[in-house]
Amino acid sequence: MTEEQRQSEQEETFSSVSLATRDIHLAFGDNRVLRGVDLDVEKGRTACVIGPSGSGKSTFLRTINRLIEPDKGDVLLDGVSVLDRDPDRLRQQVGMVFQQFNLFPHMNVLRNLMLPLRRIRKLSADEAEQEARHQLELVGLADKAGSRPGHLSGGQQQRVAIARALAMRPQVMLFDEATSALDPELVKGVLSLMADLSKQGMTMVVVTHEMGFAREASDVVVFLDQGVAVESGPPEKIFDAPDSPRLRQFLSDVL
Amino acid sequence: MDQLTTLWDTFFNWQSMRQALPDMLKTGLPNTLILSIISALIGTVLGMLLAMAGTSRHRWLRWPARVYTDIFRGLPAVVTILLIGVGLSQIGMKVWGPNPYPLGILALSLIATAYIGEIFRSGIQSVDPGQLEGSRALGFSYSAAMLLVIIPQGIRRVLPAWVNQLIALIKDSSLVYFLGLAAGQRELFRIGQDAAANTGNESALLLAGIFYLVLTVPLTHFVNFVDHRLRQGRRTRTGPPNADEVLMVAGETPLPATSEGTK
Repeated sequence: MTEEQRQSEQEETFSSVSLATRDIHLAFGDNRVLRGVDLDVEKGRTACVIGPSGSGKSTFLRTINRLIEPDKGDVLLDGVSVLDRDPDRLRQQVGMVFQQFNLFPHMNVLRNLMLPLRRIRKLSADEAEQEARHQLELVGLADKAGSRPGHLSGGQQQRVAIARALAMRPQVMLFDEATSALDPELVKGVLSLMADLSKQGMTMVVVTHEMGFAREASDVVVFLDQGVAVESGPPEKIFDAPDSPRLRQFLSDVL
Repeated sequence: MDQLTTLWDTFFNWQSMRQALPDMLKTGLPNTLILSIISALIGTVLGMLLAMAGTSRHRWLRWPARVYTDIFRGLPAVVTILLIGVGLSQIGMKVWGPNPYPLGILALSLIATAYIGEIFRSGIQSVDPGQLEGSRALGFSYSAAMLLVIIPQGIRRVLPAWVNQLIALIKDSSLVYFLGLAAGQRELFRIGQDAAANTGNESALLLAGIFYLVLTVPLTHFVNFVDHRLRQGRRTRTGPPNADEVLMVAGETPLPATSEGTK
Protein backbone atom coordinates (compact mmCIF):
# COMPACT_ATOMS: atom_id res chain seq x y z
CA MET A 1 0.00 0.00 0.00
CA THR A 2 1.44 3.37 -0.95
CA GLU A 3 1.63 6.21 1.50
CA GLU A 4 -1.08 8.03 -0.44
CA GLN A 5 -3.47 5.11 -0.28
CA ARG A 6 -2.79 4.78 3.41
CA GLN A 7 -3.51 8.46 3.81
CA SER A 8 -6.81 8.34 1.97
CA GLU A 9 -7.96 5.29 3.88
CA GLN A 10 -7.19 7.09 7.11
CA GLU A 11 -9.33 9.99 6.13
CA GLU A 12 -12.27 7.72 5.65
CA THR A 13 -11.81 6.17 9.08
CA PHE A 14 -11.30 9.33 11.15
CA SER A 15 -11.55 13.00 10.42
CA SER A 16 -8.49 13.69 12.53
CA VAL A 17 -6.59 16.96 12.54
CA SER A 18 -3.16 18.17 13.58
CA LEU A 19 -2.55 19.26 17.14
CA ALA A 20 -0.04 21.69 18.56
CA THR A 21 0.54 23.29 21.92
CA ARG A 22 2.49 26.51 22.29
CA ASP A 23 4.29 27.54 25.45
CA ILE A 24 1.75 26.09 27.90
CA HIS A 25 2.21 27.43 31.41
CA LEU A 26 0.28 26.43 34.50
CA ALA A 27 0.86 26.98 38.20
CA PHE A 28 -1.14 25.76 41.19
CA GLY A 29 -0.22 28.47 43.69
CA ASP A 30 3.56 28.44 43.97
CA ASN A 31 3.80 25.07 42.30
CA ARG A 32 4.71 25.69 38.66
CA VAL A 33 3.44 22.49 37.10
CA LEU A 34 3.94 23.37 33.45
CA ARG A 35 6.64 25.76 32.35
CA GLY A 36 6.27 26.29 28.64
CA VAL A 37 5.37 23.02 26.96
CA ASP A 38 5.42 22.81 23.17
CA LEU A 39 4.10 19.82 21.29
CA ASP A 40 3.50 19.19 17.61
CA VAL A 41 1.50 16.23 16.39
CA GLU A 42 0.78 15.99 12.71
CA LYS A 43 -2.62 14.87 11.53
CA GLY A 44 -3.00 11.13 12.02
CA ARG A 45 0.16 10.79 14.08
CA THR A 46 0.70 9.58 17.61
CA ALA A 47 2.73 11.37 20.25
CA CYS A 48 3.71 9.66 23.49
CA VAL A 49 4.44 11.74 26.55
CA ILE A 50 6.76 10.04 29.00
CA GLY A 51 8.39 11.22 32.19
CA PRO A 52 8.64 10.63 35.92
CA SER A 53 5.60 10.84 38.23
CA GLY A 54 4.71 14.43 39.02
CA SER A 55 6.38 15.75 35.89
CA GLY A 56 3.07 17.32 34.78
CA LYS A 57 2.14 14.79 32.06
CA SER A 58 -1.49 14.32 33.06
CA THR A 59 -1.96 18.01 33.78
CA PHE A 60 -0.52 18.86 30.39
CA LEU A 61 -2.96 16.49 28.73
CA ARG A 62 -5.87 18.21 30.51
CA THR A 63 -4.83 21.61 29.23
CA ILE A 64 -5.24 20.33 25.67
CA ASN A 65 -9.01 19.84 26.05
CA ARG A 66 -9.21 22.60 28.65
CA LEU A 67 -10.34 20.39 31.51
CA ILE A 68 -7.71 22.57 33.14
CA GLU A 69 -7.28 26.07 31.73
CA PRO A 70 -3.64 26.94 31.16
CA ASP A 71 -2.39 30.22 32.66
CA LYS A 72 -0.61 31.04 29.44
CA GLY A 73 -0.04 29.51 26.05
CA ASP A 74 -2.18 28.20 23.24
CA VAL A 75 -3.53 24.96 21.84
CA LEU A 76 -3.99 24.69 18.09
CA LEU A 77 -6.25 22.19 16.38
CA ASP A 78 -5.64 22.14 12.64
CA GLY A 79 -3.67 25.34 13.14
CA VAL A 80 -6.56 27.18 14.82
CA SER A 81 -6.46 28.27 18.45
CA VAL A 82 -8.98 26.50 20.68
CA LEU A 83 -8.98 29.17 23.36
CA ASP A 84 -11.74 31.19 21.70
CA ARG A 85 -13.97 28.17 21.32
CA ASP A 86 -16.68 26.97 23.63
CA PRO A 87 -14.88 24.40 25.85
CA ASP A 88 -17.82 21.98 25.67
CA ARG A 89 -17.71 22.02 21.87
CA LEU A 90 -13.95 21.60 21.97
CA ARG A 91 -14.21 18.53 24.19
CA GLN A 92 -16.55 16.84 21.74
CA GLN A 93 -13.79 17.11 19.18
CA VAL A 94 -11.08 15.92 21.56
CA GLY A 95 -11.78 12.49 22.99
CA MET A 96 -10.18 11.51 26.26
CA VAL A 97 -9.58 8.19 27.98
CA PHE A 98 -8.69 8.04 31.67
CA GLN A 99 -6.69 5.79 33.91
CA GLN A 100 -9.82 5.00 35.95
CA PHE A 101 -12.07 4.63 32.85
CA ASN A 102 -14.74 6.90 34.35
CA LEU A 103 -17.59 4.88 32.91
CA PHE A 104 -20.95 5.62 34.48
CA PRO A 105 -21.42 2.74 36.94
CA HIS A 106 -25.19 3.17 37.28
CA MET A 107 -25.99 2.46 33.64
CA ASN A 108 -25.19 -0.46 31.40
CA VAL A 109 -22.55 -0.35 28.70
CA LEU A 110 -24.98 0.47 25.91
CA ARG A 111 -26.46 3.40 27.83
CA ASN A 112 -22.97 4.64 28.68
CA LEU A 113 -22.43 5.11 24.97
CA MET A 114 -25.93 6.25 24.12
CA LEU A 115 -26.16 9.02 26.73
CA PRO A 116 -23.58 11.33 25.11
CA LEU A 117 -24.74 10.31 21.62
CA ARG A 118 -28.26 11.40 22.42
CA ARG A 119 -27.52 14.42 24.55
CA ILE A 120 -24.47 15.82 22.81
CA ARG A 121 -24.58 14.55 19.26
CA LYS A 122 -28.40 14.84 19.46
CA LEU A 123 -29.04 11.53 17.72
CA SER A 124 -32.43 9.89 17.93
CA ALA A 125 -32.75 6.86 20.21
CA ASP A 126 -32.55 4.48 17.25
CA GLU A 127 -29.57 6.20 15.67
CA ALA A 128 -27.78 6.39 18.99
CA GLU A 129 -28.31 2.72 19.70
CA GLN A 130 -27.13 1.76 16.24
CA GLU A 131 -24.01 3.90 16.59
CA ALA A 132 -23.33 2.63 20.11
CA ARG A 133 -23.60 -1.00 19.06
CA HIS A 134 -21.38 -0.32 16.08
CA GLN A 135 -18.68 1.22 18.27
CA LEU A 136 -18.90 -1.66 20.74
CA GLU A 137 -18.43 -4.06 17.89
CA LEU A 138 -15.28 -2.25 16.81
CA VAL A 139 -13.73 -2.79 20.24
CA GLY A 140 -14.95 -6.40 20.35
CA LEU A 141 -17.51 -5.97 23.11
CA ALA A 142 -20.84 -6.09 21.30
CA ASP A 143 -21.95 -8.90 23.59
CA LYS A 144 -21.42 -6.73 26.69
CA ALA A 145 -23.97 -4.07 25.73
CA GLY A 146 -26.35 -5.08 28.52
CA SER A 147 -23.73 -5.40 31.29
CA ARG A 148 -23.00 -2.87 33.97
CA PRO A 149 -19.41 -1.57 33.82
CA GLY A 150 -18.73 -3.07 37.26
CA HIS A 151 -19.33 -6.53 35.85
CA LEU A 152 -16.58 -6.16 33.27
CA SER A 153 -12.87 -6.64 33.69
CA GLY A 154 -10.69 -3.53 33.79
CA GLY A 155 -9.52 -4.20 30.26
CA GLN A 156 -13.07 -4.46 28.99
CA GLN A 157 -14.06 -1.30 30.85
CA GLN A 158 -11.23 0.61 29.25
CA ARG A 159 -12.23 -0.65 25.80
CA VAL A 160 -15.79 0.52 26.46
CA ALA A 161 -14.39 3.90 27.52
CA ILE A 162 -12.45 4.10 24.26
CA ALA A 163 -15.59 3.15 22.30
CA ARG A 164 -17.57 5.82 24.14
CA ALA A 165 -14.97 8.45 23.29
CA LEU A 166 -14.78 7.35 19.64
CA ALA A 167 -18.56 7.46 19.31
CA MET A 168 -18.31 11.23 19.61
CA ARG A 169 -16.26 11.21 16.38
CA PRO A 170 -13.29 13.07 17.87
CA GLN A 171 -10.58 14.66 15.73
CA VAL A 172 -7.94 13.97 18.36
CA MET A 173 -7.72 11.38 21.14
CA LEU A 174 -5.98 11.86 24.47
CA PHE A 175 -4.99 8.89 26.62
CA ASP A 176 -4.10 9.51 30.25
CA GLU A 177 -2.20 6.46 31.51
CA ALA A 178 -4.95 4.33 30.03
CA THR A 179 -3.39 1.05 31.15
CA SER A 180 -1.94 2.05 34.53
CA ALA A 181 -4.92 0.81 36.53
CA LEU A 182 -5.08 -2.53 34.74
CA ASP A 183 -3.79 -5.89 35.89
CA PRO A 184 -0.72 -6.78 33.86
CA GLU A 185 -2.46 -9.43 31.77
CA LEU A 186 -5.12 -6.94 30.65
CA VAL A 187 -2.71 -4.28 29.43
CA LYS A 188 -1.95 -5.89 26.10
CA GLY A 189 -5.53 -5.86 24.77
CA VAL A 190 -5.97 -2.16 25.46
CA LEU A 191 -2.56 -1.24 24.04
CA SER A 192 -3.23 -3.18 20.85
CA LEU A 193 -6.55 -1.36 20.45
CA MET A 194 -4.71 1.94 20.87
CA ALA A 195 -2.08 0.86 18.36
CA ASP A 196 -4.88 0.01 15.91
CA LEU A 197 -6.36 3.47 16.29
CA SER A 198 -2.96 4.95 15.70
CA LYS A 199 -2.52 2.90 12.53
CA GLN A 200 -5.97 3.89 11.32
CA GLY A 201 -4.93 7.51 11.41
CA MET A 202 -6.26 8.94 14.65
CA THR A 203 -4.25 11.87 15.94
CA MET A 204 -3.30 10.79 19.45
CA VAL A 205 -1.49 12.10 22.49
CA VAL A 206 -0.67 9.26 24.84
CA VAL A 207 0.62 9.75 28.36
CA THR A 208 2.07 6.39 29.26
CA HIS A 209 4.49 4.39 31.34
CA GLU A 210 4.52 1.67 28.70
CA MET A 211 7.89 2.27 27.07
CA GLY A 212 7.36 -0.62 24.67
CA PHE A 213 4.20 1.03 23.34
CA ALA A 214 5.91 4.42 23.11
CA ARG A 215 8.72 2.91 21.11
CA GLU A 216 6.56 0.89 18.71
CA ALA A 217 3.37 2.86 18.21
CA SER A 218 4.39 6.49 18.40
CA ASP A 219 5.69 8.83 15.75
CA VAL A 220 7.08 11.26 18.26
CA VAL A 221 8.04 10.91 21.91
CA VAL A 222 8.17 13.80 24.34
CA PHE A 223 10.08 13.53 27.59
CA LEU A 224 8.49 15.79 30.18
CA ASP A 225 10.30 16.57 33.42
CA GLN A 226 9.41 19.19 36.01
CA GLY A 227 6.95 20.82 33.64
CA VAL A 228 9.36 21.18 30.74
CA ALA A 229 9.55 19.17 27.54
CA VAL A 230 13.22 18.33 28.04
CA GLU A 231 13.61 16.37 24.85
CA SER A 232 11.43 15.22 21.99
CA GLY A 233 11.90 13.35 18.76
CA PRO A 234 11.20 10.09 16.98
CA PRO A 235 11.17 7.07 19.29
CA GLU A 236 14.44 5.63 17.96
CA LYS A 237 16.19 8.87 18.81
CA ILE A 238 14.63 9.19 22.27
CA PHE A 239 15.18 5.61 23.34
CA ASP A 240 18.43 4.76 21.58
CA ALA A 241 20.31 8.04 21.54
CA PRO A 242 18.99 10.33 24.26
CA ASP A 243 20.80 13.66 24.49
CA SER A 244 19.95 14.95 27.93
CA PRO A 245 21.30 13.41 31.14
CA ARG A 246 17.83 13.59 32.71
CA LEU A 247 16.28 11.48 29.99
CA ARG A 248 19.18 9.03 30.16
CA GLN A 249 18.66 8.76 33.91
CA PHE A 250 14.89 8.30 33.49
CA LEU A 251 15.32 5.58 30.88
CA SER A 252 17.85 3.73 32.99
CA ASP A 253 15.36 3.88 35.89
CA VAL A 254 12.38 2.52 33.97
CA LEU A 255 13.87 0.14 31.43
CA MET B 1 -51.52 -8.37 92.52
CA ASP B 2 -53.85 -5.42 92.59
CA GLN B 3 -51.06 -3.11 91.53
CA LEU B 4 -50.17 -5.36 88.62
CA THR B 5 -53.78 -5.34 87.44
CA THR B 6 -53.81 -1.55 87.62
CA LEU B 7 -50.56 -1.34 85.68
CA TRP B 8 -51.89 -3.72 83.04
CA ASP B 9 -55.09 -1.71 82.85
CA THR B 10 -53.14 1.51 82.36
CA PHE B 11 -51.69 0.28 79.10
CA PHE B 12 -53.95 -2.48 77.90
CA ASN B 13 -57.48 -1.40 78.65
CA TRP B 14 -59.22 -2.94 75.63
CA GLN B 15 -62.36 -0.95 76.28
CA SER B 16 -60.45 2.38 75.96
CA MET B 17 -58.69 1.18 72.87
CA ARG B 18 -61.88 0.03 71.24
CA GLN B 19 -63.46 3.41 71.91
CA ALA B 20 -60.55 5.32 70.36
CA LEU B 21 -60.10 3.02 67.38
CA PRO B 22 -62.80 4.47 65.05
CA ASP B 23 -61.47 8.02 65.47
CA MET B 24 -57.93 6.86 64.90
CA LEU B 25 -58.85 5.07 61.69
CA LYS B 26 -61.23 7.68 60.32
CA THR B 27 -59.54 10.88 61.46
CA GLY B 28 -56.12 10.36 63.01
CA LEU B 29 -54.53 8.07 60.44
CA PRO B 30 -55.61 10.08 57.36
CA ASN B 31 -54.50 13.33 59.01
CA THR B 32 -51.11 11.94 60.00
CA LEU B 33 -50.67 10.64 56.45
CA ILE B 34 -51.69 14.00 54.95
CA LEU B 35 -49.21 15.86 57.13
CA SER B 36 -46.34 13.43 56.50
CA ILE B 37 -46.82 12.73 52.82
CA ILE B 38 -47.29 16.33 51.71
CA SER B 39 -44.35 17.46 53.85
CA ALA B 40 -42.24 14.60 52.50
CA LEU B 41 -43.00 15.58 48.91
CA ILE B 42 -42.29 19.26 49.47
CA GLY B 43 -39.24 18.50 51.63
CA THR B 44 -37.79 16.17 49.01
CA VAL B 45 -38.22 18.61 46.14
CA LEU B 46 -36.88 21.56 48.13
CA GLY B 47 -34.17 19.35 49.64
CA MET B 48 -33.02 18.47 46.14
CA LEU B 49 -32.82 22.15 45.24
CA LEU B 50 -31.02 22.89 48.50
CA ALA B 51 -28.50 20.13 47.79
CA MET B 52 -27.89 21.51 44.30
CA ALA B 53 -27.36 24.97 45.75
CA GLY B 54 -25.11 23.51 48.43
CA THR B 55 -22.89 21.79 45.87
CA SER B 56 -22.95 24.68 43.43
CA ARG B 57 -19.78 26.25 42.11
CA HIS B 58 -21.16 29.67 43.01
CA ARG B 59 -20.56 30.99 46.49
CA TRP B 60 -23.76 33.07 46.42
CA LEU B 61 -25.73 29.83 46.12
CA ARG B 62 -23.65 27.71 48.50
CA TRP B 63 -23.65 30.26 51.28
CA PRO B 64 -27.44 30.74 51.66
CA ALA B 65 -27.87 26.96 51.46
CA ARG B 66 -25.44 26.58 54.33
CA VAL B 67 -27.22 29.18 56.45
CA TYR B 68 -30.63 27.67 55.74
CA THR B 69 -29.44 24.21 56.71
CA ASP B 70 -27.78 25.42 59.90
CA ILE B 71 -30.91 27.23 61.03
CA PHE B 72 -33.58 24.64 60.31
CA ARG B 73 -31.45 21.70 61.36
CA GLY B 74 -30.31 23.46 64.49
CA LEU B 75 -33.71 24.51 65.85
CA PRO B 76 -35.89 22.09 67.82
CA ALA B 77 -38.75 21.02 65.54
CA VAL B 78 -41.35 22.30 68.00
CA VAL B 79 -39.77 25.77 68.01
CA THR B 80 -39.90 25.96 64.22
CA ILE B 81 -43.48 24.69 64.18
CA LEU B 82 -44.62 27.24 66.76
CA LEU B 83 -42.69 30.14 65.22
CA ILE B 84 -44.20 29.47 61.81
CA GLY B 85 -47.57 28.08 62.83
CA VAL B 86 -48.34 30.73 65.42
CA GLY B 87 -46.13 33.53 64.14
CA LEU B 88 -47.62 33.48 60.65
CA SER B 89 -51.16 32.56 61.72
CA GLN B 90 -52.49 36.08 61.10
CA ILE B 91 -51.40 35.89 57.48
CA GLY B 92 -52.62 32.31 57.29
CA MET B 93 -56.01 33.33 58.63
CA LYS B 94 -56.47 35.75 55.74
CA VAL B 95 -55.41 33.24 53.10
CA TRP B 96 -57.03 29.97 54.18
CA GLY B 97 -58.92 30.67 57.38
CA PRO B 98 -58.40 29.10 60.79
CA ASN B 99 -56.85 25.87 59.53
CA PRO B 100 -53.45 25.11 61.16
CA TYR B 101 -52.56 22.49 58.53
CA PRO B 102 -51.03 24.67 55.79
CA LEU B 103 -48.63 26.33 58.23
CA GLY B 104 -47.99 23.05 60.02
CA ILE B 105 -47.13 21.40 56.71
CA LEU B 106 -44.99 24.40 55.77
CA ALA B 107 -43.02 24.12 59.02
CA LEU B 108 -42.59 20.35 58.70
CA SER B 109 -41.52 20.77 55.06
CA LEU B 110 -38.94 23.43 55.88
CA ILE B 111 -37.44 21.21 58.59
CA ALA B 112 -37.44 18.16 56.30
CA THR B 113 -35.84 20.26 53.54
CA ALA B 114 -32.83 21.00 55.73
CA TYR B 115 -32.23 17.35 56.62
CA ILE B 116 -33.00 15.91 53.20
CA GLY B 117 -30.86 18.61 51.58
CA GLU B 118 -27.93 17.52 53.72
CA ILE B 119 -28.54 13.87 52.86
CA PHE B 120 -28.63 14.58 49.13
CA ARG B 121 -25.63 16.90 49.35
CA SER B 122 -23.49 14.27 51.04
CA GLY B 123 -24.57 11.75 48.40
CA ILE B 124 -23.71 14.04 45.52
CA GLN B 125 -20.35 14.90 47.02
CA SER B 126 -19.50 11.24 47.58
CA VAL B 127 -19.49 10.57 43.82
CA ASP B 128 -15.99 10.03 42.46
CA PRO B 129 -14.72 13.32 40.94
CA GLY B 130 -13.59 11.26 37.95
CA GLN B 131 -17.26 10.95 36.99
CA LEU B 132 -17.54 14.70 36.52
CA GLU B 133 -14.23 14.86 34.69
CA GLY B 134 -15.22 11.94 32.46
CA SER B 135 -18.55 13.60 31.64
CA ARG B 136 -16.97 16.97 30.93
CA ALA B 137 -14.39 15.29 28.68
CA LEU B 138 -17.22 13.92 26.54
CA GLY B 139 -18.57 17.43 26.03
CA PHE B 140 -21.26 17.64 28.70
CA SER B 141 -21.68 21.06 30.27
CA TYR B 142 -21.24 21.27 34.02
CA SER B 143 -24.99 21.36 34.66
CA ALA B 144 -25.75 18.53 32.21
CA ALA B 145 -23.04 16.40 33.82
CA MET B 146 -24.49 17.07 37.27
CA LEU B 147 -28.08 16.34 36.23
CA LEU B 148 -27.45 13.29 34.06
CA VAL B 149 -24.50 11.62 35.74
CA ILE B 150 -23.53 12.90 39.17
CA ILE B 151 -26.85 13.53 40.91
CA PRO B 152 -28.49 10.21 39.90
CA GLN B 153 -25.51 8.34 41.34
CA GLY B 154 -25.37 10.45 44.49
CA ILE B 155 -29.08 10.10 45.25
CA ARG B 156 -28.99 6.35 44.80
CA ARG B 157 -26.38 6.03 47.51
CA VAL B 158 -28.32 7.95 50.13
CA LEU B 159 -31.78 6.46 49.58
CA PRO B 160 -31.62 4.62 52.94
CA ALA B 161 -30.86 7.88 54.77
CA TRP B 162 -33.68 9.55 52.87
CA VAL B 163 -36.19 6.90 53.99
CA ASN B 164 -34.96 7.38 57.56
CA GLN B 165 -35.86 11.03 57.20
CA LEU B 166 -39.38 10.09 56.10
CA ILE B 167 -39.70 8.05 59.28
CA ALA B 168 -38.63 11.06 61.32
CA LEU B 169 -41.19 13.13 59.48
CA ILE B 170 -44.04 10.77 60.34
CA LYS B 171 -43.09 11.03 64.00
CA ASP B 172 -42.61 14.80 63.91
CA SER B 173 -46.04 15.29 62.33
CA SER B 174 -47.43 14.73 65.84
CA LEU B 175 -45.96 18.11 66.85
CA VAL B 176 -48.56 20.10 64.91
CA TYR B 177 -50.91 19.49 67.84
CA PHE B 178 -49.09 22.48 69.39
CA LEU B 179 -50.91 24.67 66.87
CA GLY B 180 -54.31 23.71 68.26
CA LEU B 181 -56.45 21.26 66.31
CA ALA B 182 -60.22 21.11 65.93
CA ALA B 183 -61.79 17.66 66.47
CA GLY B 184 -61.65 16.70 62.81
CA GLN B 185 -58.08 17.98 62.41
CA ARG B 186 -56.59 15.79 65.11
CA GLU B 187 -53.88 13.35 64.05
CA LEU B 188 -52.97 10.03 65.67
CA PHE B 189 -51.13 11.40 68.67
CA ARG B 190 -53.75 13.98 69.56
CA ILE B 191 -56.60 11.47 69.37
CA GLY B 192 -54.68 9.05 71.56
CA GLN B 193 -53.81 11.80 74.00
CA ASP B 194 -57.39 13.08 74.21
CA ALA B 195 -58.78 9.60 74.75
CA ALA B 196 -56.15 8.93 77.39
CA ALA B 197 -57.14 12.08 79.22
CA ASN B 198 -60.85 11.14 79.07
CA THR B 199 -60.46 7.53 80.16
CA GLY B 200 -57.77 8.09 82.75
CA ASN B 201 -55.52 5.38 81.28
CA GLU B 202 -52.85 5.41 78.61
CA SER B 203 -54.25 2.61 76.47
CA ALA B 204 -55.47 4.87 73.66
CA LEU B 205 -52.05 6.58 73.55
CA LEU B 206 -50.45 3.15 73.33
CA LEU B 207 -52.77 2.39 70.45
CA ALA B 208 -51.61 5.59 68.75
CA GLY B 209 -48.05 4.39 69.30
CA ILE B 210 -48.92 1.11 67.61
CA PHE B 211 -50.31 3.03 64.63
CA TYR B 212 -47.00 4.92 64.34
CA LEU B 213 -45.08 1.66 64.50
CA VAL B 214 -47.29 0.16 61.80
CA LEU B 215 -46.29 3.09 59.59
CA THR B 216 -42.59 3.34 60.49
CA VAL B 217 -41.45 -0.25 61.04
CA PRO B 218 -42.19 -1.36 57.46
CA LEU B 219 -40.32 1.72 56.27
CA THR B 220 -37.37 0.77 58.48
CA HIS B 221 -37.33 -2.65 56.91
CA PHE B 222 -37.67 -1.11 53.50
CA VAL B 223 -34.52 0.91 54.27
CA ASN B 224 -32.69 -2.24 55.25
CA PHE B 225 -33.89 -3.93 52.08
CA VAL B 226 -32.72 -1.04 49.89
CA ASP B 227 -29.44 -0.85 51.76
CA HIS B 228 -28.92 -4.58 51.38
CA ARG B 229 -29.70 -4.41 47.69
CA LEU B 230 -27.21 -1.61 47.14
CA ARG B 231 -24.51 -3.45 49.07
CA GLN B 232 -25.17 -6.71 47.31
CA GLY B 233 -25.03 -5.01 43.97
CA ARG B 234 -21.62 -3.74 44.92
CA ARG B 235 -20.48 -7.14 46.08
CA THR B 236 -21.47 -8.98 42.93
CA ARG B 237 -19.88 -6.24 40.91
CA THR B 238 -16.48 -6.94 42.42
CA GLY B 239 -16.99 -10.67 42.75
CA PRO B 240 -15.84 -13.36 40.36
CA PRO B 241 -17.37 -13.35 36.88
CA ASN B 242 -19.79 -16.06 35.93
CA ALA B 243 -18.71 -19.05 33.90
CA ASP B 244 -19.50 -17.85 30.39
CA GLU B 245 -17.80 -14.55 31.13
CA VAL B 246 -14.64 -16.44 32.05
CA LEU B 247 -14.70 -18.21 28.70
CA MET B 248 -15.33 -14.97 26.88
CA VAL B 249 -12.48 -13.06 28.43
CA ALA B 250 -10.01 -15.92 28.59
CA GLY B 251 -6.83 -14.53 30.03
CA GLU B 252 -8.52 -11.53 31.58
CA THR B 253 -9.60 -11.42 35.20
CA PRO B 254 -11.74 -8.69 36.66
CA LEU B 255 -10.04 -6.04 38.75
CA PRO B 256 -10.61 -6.54 42.46
CA ALA B 257 -12.14 -3.09 42.64
CA THR B 258 -12.76 -0.19 40.32
CA SER B 259 -12.71 3.42 41.35
CA GLU B 260 -16.48 3.26 41.52
CA GLY B 261 -16.56 -0.08 43.23
CA THR B 262 -14.38 0.93 46.16
CA LYS B 263 -16.55 3.88 47.09
